[in-house]
Amino acid sequence: MGYPHPSHARETPVLSQYFGDQDGIGLDGWRKRGGYNGLQKALSMSPAEIVDVVKASGLRGRGGAGFPTGIKWSFMKPGDGKPHYLCCNADESEPGTFKDREIMRWTPHALVEGCAIGAYAIGAETAYIYIRGEFTEPLIRMRQAVREAYDAGIIGKNAMGSGKRIDIVIHKGAGAYICGEETAMMNSIEGRRGNPRIKPPFPAVSGVFAQPTTINNVETLAAVPHIIVRGAEWYKGLSLSSPKSTGSKLFSVCGNIAKPGNYEVTLGFPFKDFLYDLCGGPLPGRTFKAVVPGGISVPIQTMEEAEATKMDYEGFIDQGSMLGSGGVIVFDDQQNMVKQIARAARFFAHESCAQCTQCREGTAWTTKIMERIRDGEGTHEDLDTLFSIADNMTGKTICVLSDSCAVPVVSGINKFRSEFEALIKKPKFHPVTAAVA
Amino acid sequence: MTAVTHDHDAPYQPVFVGERRKELDALFPFYPTKMACILPALWMVQEDRGWISDEGMAEVAEVLELTPAYVKGVVTFYTMYNTHPVGKYLIQVCTTTPCNICGAEDVVGAFLEQTGCGELGITSADGKFTVIEVECLGACGFATPVMINEGFVESVTAARVPEILAGLK
Repeated sequence: MGYPHPSHARETPVLSQYFGDQDGIGLDGWRKRGGYNGLQKALSMSPAEIVDVVKASGLRGRGGAGFPTGIKWSFMKPGDGKPHYLCCNADESEPGTFKDREIMRWTPHALVEGCAIGAYAIGAETAYIYIRGEFTEPLIRMRQAVREAYDAGIIGKNAMGSGKRIDIVIHKGAGAYICGEETAMMNSIEGRRGNPRIKPPFPAVSGVFAQPTTINNVETLAAVPHIIVRGAEWYKGLSLSSPKSTGSKLFSVCGNIAKPGNYEVTLGFPFKDFLYDLCGGPLPGRTFKAVVPGGISVPIQTMEEAEATKMDYEGFIDQGSMLGSGGVIVFDDQQNMVKQIARAARFFAHESCAQCTQCREGTAWTTKIMERIRDGEGTHEDLDTLFSIADNMTGKTICVLSDSCAVPVVSGINKFRSEFEALIKKPKFHPVTAAVA
Repeated sequence: MTAVTHDHDAPYQPVFVGERRKELDALFPFYPTKMACILPALWMVQEDRGWISDEGMAEVAEVLELTPAYVKGVVTFYTMYNTHPVGKYLIQVCTTTPCNICGAEDVVGAFLEQTGCGELGITSADGKFTVIEVECLGACGFATPVMINEGFVESVTAARVPEILAGLK
């Protein structure tokens, strides 16, 4: 299977095996495809055993940060007398990323199963799945899957006859990129404005409703049933590069490319083959200019860097970027990088929660300057100002939205400076800089 | 695509009566606080009324034992809650970078022109359409995605706009 394209022979379809398969959406069809065997097996194990298997598999968070999932789960101390919570982050809103959407659209029960296993492993009786409000179709599919799972006794007060209570609640977001940040999401679930919280305390100590909480991405949780059924060694074996990057990963591909869509490859796959072979290369008569490989918050890569990249957590860092959420945005020779970076800055200015000054002012100021340059009214001093603002926006705020705005701007100027300079023809009179001089 | 019709001048009718009240009450056991039900409660108001008025916020405050000011603070944080009446069809076009490089601006232009709205955020004279730009709808591989009320249309180009509008009666 595969959606919107049939799976390529070089893909490793684990999570995407049933994308596009209408019969796999409902509970009966999902069971025929091996659904809930993982939960059944997990409920016969102790929570500590599950955590050990996930640790041994090398699974790392697929939402962006890449933190080892088993270690995250081991921070939760069962039997401490407090209610524990699992929050599944389905607020996918990083520009360029649309993998969780397809998981929820085509294999909603995979996520229900992953959440149930995760909840059991961390000693939680309640799992909240926070789905962004714009995902109307995934919301319908997920609500139906949860209802089916309750009706079949798979979850609820006696999950699969284990005597364990596992409730799964779908929580619909209402339009806020920042709620994909884990502490903002917890505030949102509590019924507050989605402002991120200062850490520490970390969620495992004091998370949602001030209780121990684990937050995992959709793709991470959906991979767990496979690991439980097939074992940690199998998952660990899915690596073409480093033992620190194991398993298969969904990459969403969009922008100026022949075959946009979701592709699942083993980590360590060569990025060049991925772009030119799996995704069909550039559109007819065009050439690639730049790639943002992990959602708009990661540094822009030149084609030279991209073509030398191994697609794993370390490989993208080695080539000047990050794996992030796996949202690959491709720019071709017809795009003006200044215009597109200005648009990215506007996104961050719109989505800033406005809690921290550096972010509230910095994102808006950056956007203003970027748009001025785009419109041919920039000065050479503007580039220095952008660097200075970026410096003041990085590492100085409660969450990383501010840093994320600075990233495309700094990497864009460093790697595509000539495009900026082409728009700045000559130093222009500028009242502010003139007054300072 | 379902459309909500609303009469803006009619006196406010409470939302949380009968079935809606039961629906909200059924959520309470899943959360340790009533406040946590604020997002679902606001969605119910918007689904029934098309937008969330000050009276709507006051009603949510009452059923969840909060203050209207607190509720307003939450409502205004989230972009999907309409604090003004919108057209029968709210058309939201994604124009963030991945869609922008695939021609989203032309799609916005076509919608603005052909709905008669002319300007972003303005409702057409016949009350039928409101067009807005939105940030990333999370369907970048299907550029340009457009949300029309609760419906989602993928891979929209400017050329497809007349056909899409013709389907909205």
